[in-house]
Amino acid sequence: MANPTMTPRLVPVSSPVSFRRSMGERRTLGNTALTVAAVGLSLIAMFPLFSVLYMLLVKGGALLSPSLFSELTPGAGMDGGGIGNAVLGTLVVVALSTGLALPLGFLGAVYLAEYGGESKLATVVRFSAKVLTGLPSILAGVFAYATVVVLTGSFSAFAGACAMAILMIPTVMLTSESALRGVPSKMKMAAFGMGATRAQVILQIVIPTAIPGILTGVMLALARAMGETAPLLFTALFSDYWFDGKLLQPVASLSVLIYNFAGSPFEHQVALAWAASLVLVSIVLVLNVTAQIVTRRPQEH
Amino acid sequence: MISGTHTGAAIALFVGLVFSALGCDKKESPPAADSAAAAVVAPAPAAGPVTLTGSGASFPAPLYSRWFREFGEKNKDIRVNYQSTGSGAGIKAFTEGQTDFGASDAAMSDDEIKAAKDNVILLPMTAGNIVLAYNLEGVPELKLSREAYAGIFLGEIKHWDDPKIVKTNPGVKLPKLDISVVHRSDGSGTTFVFTQHLAAISEKWKAKPGVGKSVDWPVGVGGAKNDGVAAQIHQTPGAIGYIEFAFAASTKQPMAALENKAGKFIVPSLKTSATALAAVELPADLRAWVTDPGGDESYPIVTYTWILAHKKYDDKAKATALKSVLKWCLTDGQKLSESLFYIPLPDAVSATVLKAVDTIE
Amino acid sequence: MATRKTTATANPDLTEAFRSPVSRPPTAWQKGFDVAFKNVAYAFGVGVVLLLAGVVFEVMRHAKTAIADYGFGFITSSVWDANNGHFGILPEIVGTLYTSFLALAIGGFLGVTVALVLSQGFVPRRVELIMKNVIELLAAVPSVVYGLWGIFVLIPAVRGPSGWFNEHLGSIPFFSTRLSGPGVFPASLVLSIMILPTVTAISREAMAAVPPRLAAAAYGLGATRWEVIFRVTLPTAVGGIFGALVLGLGRALGETMALAMLVGNANVFGWSLFSPGNTLAALLANHFPEAGKVEVGALMYAAFVLMLITLAVNALGSFIMLRTTRELKGLG
Repeated sequence: MANPTMTPRLVPVSSPVSFRRSMGERRTLGNTALTVAAVGLSLIAMFPLFSVLYMLLVKGGALLSPSLFSELTPGAGMDGGGIGNAVLGTLVVVALSTGLALPLGFLGAVYLAEYGGESKLATVVRFSAKVLTGLPSILAGVFAYATVVVLTGSFSAFAGACAMAILMIPTVMLTSESALRGVPSKMKMAAFGMGATRAQVILQIVIPTAIPGILTGVMLALARAMGETAPLLFTALFSDYWFDGKLLQPVASLSVLIYNFAGSPFEHQVALAWAASLVLVSIVLVLNVTAQIVTRRPQEH
Repeated sequence: MISGTHTGAAIALFVGLVFSALGCDKKESPPAADSAAAAVVAPAPAAGPVTLTGSGASFPAPLYSRWFREFGEKNKDIRVNYQSTGSGAGIKAFTEGQTDFGASDAAMSDDEIKAAKDNVILLPMTAGNIVLAYNLEGVPELKLSREAYAGIFLGEIKHWDDPKIVKTNPGVKLPKLDISVVHRSDGSGTTFVFTQHLAAISEKWKAKPGVGKSVDWPVGVGGAKNDGVAAQIHQTPGAIGYIEFAFAASTKQPMAALENKAGKFIVPSLKTSATALAAVELPADLRAWVTDPGGDESYPIVTYTWILAHKKYDDKAKATALKSVLKWCLTDGQKLSESLFYIPLPDAVSATVLKAVDTIE
Repeated sequence: MATRKTTATANPDLTEAFRSPVSRPPTAWQKGFDVAFKNVAYAFGVGVVLLLAGVVFEVMRHAKTAIADYGFGFITSSVWDANNGHFGILPEIVGTLYTSFLALAIGGFLGVTVALVLSQGFVPRRVELIMKNVIELLAAVPSVVYGLWGIFVLIPAVRGPSGWFNEHLGSIPFFSTRLSGPGVFPASLVLSIMILPTVTAISREAMAAVPPRLAAAAYGLGATRWEVIFRVTLPTAVGGIFGALVLGLGRALGETMALAMLVGNANVFGWSLFSPGNTLAALLANHFPEAGKVEVGALMYAAFVLMLITLAVNALGSFIMLRTTRELKGLG
């Protein structure tokens, strides 16, 4: 049967055939309406980002000054002060957790890409990594508390870094694996042909070539880790002082500061929360953008 | 393919690395998660400042952070890091040896003291009162009878223009707005004191939900710590909640005048609270509350707040440092209390507490 | 490129090649290193599995006594009374599911729409690129910053309209209470913003994987753009889109901070969008720091339930993605 929507319109041969749809036709109207609606909804979807950025710039920017980074967090009801200890604390915890996560995640990726292939063990490892990416961050904090905090007997930067590392490892592992797999096999074959051992091939050819992809993964994991709060809540706690090199003491962090001060009735603390958010989001955005640039750059082969 | 030896070697290597990492950082401290030893963590290096870590009640947090900041400026070799986490969290961290001292407005119950192996001394450091702060535009003063405020928290009185509230506020235009109750979402000494008082004035409250650091609230939203509740009240039209006086006074949040035992409506202030506090007799273990003070001028909800310290510390340097901090707080520190809206300790009380501090070793 | 070994020039003398520093069989030391390196790589690979097992085991270990004590009643009770040892997580389970599914409904719908707009050529390429970056940046904002924004921007914005809904449509269960501050709806809105990038990214991939000739065929028959979308693109990509939704749901279920700050932390549940509620993750965040031994057990039980739910949903999502990528490969 002739489907009415598919029946071509019969026009007299003398008049020019136009394939443009007239707006009067119901289908076209519906089509345009849907397009407008879809694009409109997309714009609405983007709106929160602009709102957040606007608030960050306006409310956070108000306190932006060098003293913000050189002063310690003020107590309740006190004026002045800054977020210096929180900035340093975040950097310390994230650096430590990267130090923990990178070897584990990266060498695990080497296993997956170079040795494991599609074997059963490799499938299990890959599945575990995927499952770990979906682990709620609070559970990582609970685990780190039950193991590190209880064993060492105090809240500490180290415990916070452990919790963070649990969240970073799967991301680093999975992105590194795809980066390593992306190295063309002819490069590897050439090296094997010259008598290189597998380890040499990996260390001297595969890894250096895959560095951009690996870096991207690390930066994305870093960006995510910096913004995490739940794992630090009852591991690293917080501190009103500068980090003094003792890894087994509580340490300040930007994310916990924002959480603590956001619910504060003292306006100055809320203002500091906005300033800290601005600093944190700036760092995270820089990391994300850099990661994107790094992936786009090397297309030599 | 992997052989048995490969996997075995791999697992052994990994497990070995993990344990050596853990082993390096293990200190002499309670063995397992279940132990509730009261021993304090191993000594910090002798050179450099002594760092004391404490956590607990949000009730006195503004005062404590000011105290410790001032003390630190005068004594560069002692650093005190106090984190406001709520009384419940403070007691737990202190009991498990994760902090050097704790803070709580609910002091510690007998069970909690037992869990800390009796190596606990409770020291009242300051006092304050709990106010019912509210958010009603155009209503700068509010009088709440016992019936009214108990009913609000029981969820029986749901609107601001309820007859029970209107009765005690002639001439005030109360809107037909829902009452949004705000309570604590975390384990709180402030909740403990407040529910104690409610149980004393309302049989219904005593039966259920009863008294505790954390109770099953019939209505309301939860805010974290005094800060969170105060912020909630501030942001929510029609809200009412219980917070420490300093939080309301320093953020200029209107507070209700409450009907006390003598039937008078008392506006919260340091004076009326000090009057109520005078009625408290501190026993030997320094724990006492007045759940419903008598007297015409007494504000009905007041409490001491305690610092929890160990009787014996493994690290003598920390013990000495803590003693000097506490002594300062009990003497010079008391001069700061009023300006931050806390009640200075009566002289007799601070003398008793100083003696108790001396017994710490 | 980083290869340090240049290709050996053709050398007719084989023994010469074997002695050349550039190309020769490995030395004993190199062979030993090779084996060691392989073992280390294996060890770390297995290590990840051990880590996952460790986390699951640890939570289960602590939850065991609580499971024995409270049994199934834990999941059906609404009381959280640490004093008397009565615990129940029914409001939290309902809250977790309600906020997540609501977030999925909003964020999933918006996400698929945005993915359509970005992949079907509705806007010029440069605008597409900008939009893509904006959506990706949404994912970069930390949860706690969304919480802060939610408290000071979203809740006040929603409070007014919610009052209107409550007054005029109050008989519908969804609008039966007023929004005083935090509540299910603001929390779900923020949650939907947070899962939007995930849903968009995966849906886009699914739509891009639809072979172009299918759409071209439909256009050739005179279909409008949206007819092609509804009858060709979406049905073909539906597996991937479904996977995207499931993964988005998984993310929503595990979210902690924004919810802890915006959901109201009240142990109640109901249909009303504007009432406060609680979720499993927020319960853990609020109560864990201070839980005494008894409460820790109950919280570990709750953590265990949360873990089961999130792991199940994420595993399901991964499985769906695996199957649909295989199917689509067959189509191409």
